[in-house]
Amino acid sequence: MDNPLNLVLFSGTDDKLQAAAVLTAGAAALGKPVNIFLQYWALDAFRSDRIARDHGLAPEAGADGRAAVDALRAAGQSSWAETLRQAKDLGGVDIQACSLSMDLLHLEATDLDPLVDGVEGVTAFYLNAGEGQVTFI
Amino acid sequence: MTLQISTTVDARGLSCPMPIVKTAQAIKAISSGGIVEVLASDPGSVKDFVAWSRTTGHELLEQTADGGTYRFVIRRK
Repeated sequence: MDNPLNLVLFSGTDDKLQAAAVLTAGAAALGKPVNIFLQYWALDAFRSDRIARDHGLAPEAGADGRAAVDALRAAGQSSWAETLRQAKDLGGVDIQACSLSMDLLHLEATDLDPLVDGVEGVTAFYLNAGEGQVTFI
Repeated sequence: MTLQISTTVDARGLSCPMPIVKTAQAIKAISSGGIVEVLASDPGSVKDFVAWSRTTGHELLEQTADGGTYRFVIRRK
């Protein structure tokens, strides 16, 4: 379990962020380190003033997908932000904002939710990724 | 022999991966040899707990199903 799980989050819709949060929590429960790199619209979703709002779904969800996601939430499924908080509580989960995306979105570190541990460039992300695969979501 | 349960995790109603996450949190909070009892309603948790125990080394002592409730008893390594 030495190789970390490395996730690059690009999409900012709730379904993709939820899927990423589930992958993260599962890995954390197994004691596997997780490195998350936030780019573009995923980073925007981690703004402290926007993290709790509705971020929509990927286009392929359609109306039926919307209803299915709403039903799961109504049945008590944790939000992706809460799932990530629980995963971080287990330790080994590091969430970094891409510095280029910070510039793109005109963000300061203080604009981000405390889930985000810091800001780094892509080279630092690859250094931490080590021999582990990188998955782009 | 009756097992001495240290703590119970009621994960009924929680969807994947929360039963495992809550259990991992509970295991961290007890000492080696301590026993956690888990109640879950997610059918996927059956395979998840077997895989999780195998990977982490915590011992899955008991695994039962009663209606829609799954019960797992795990000893911390």
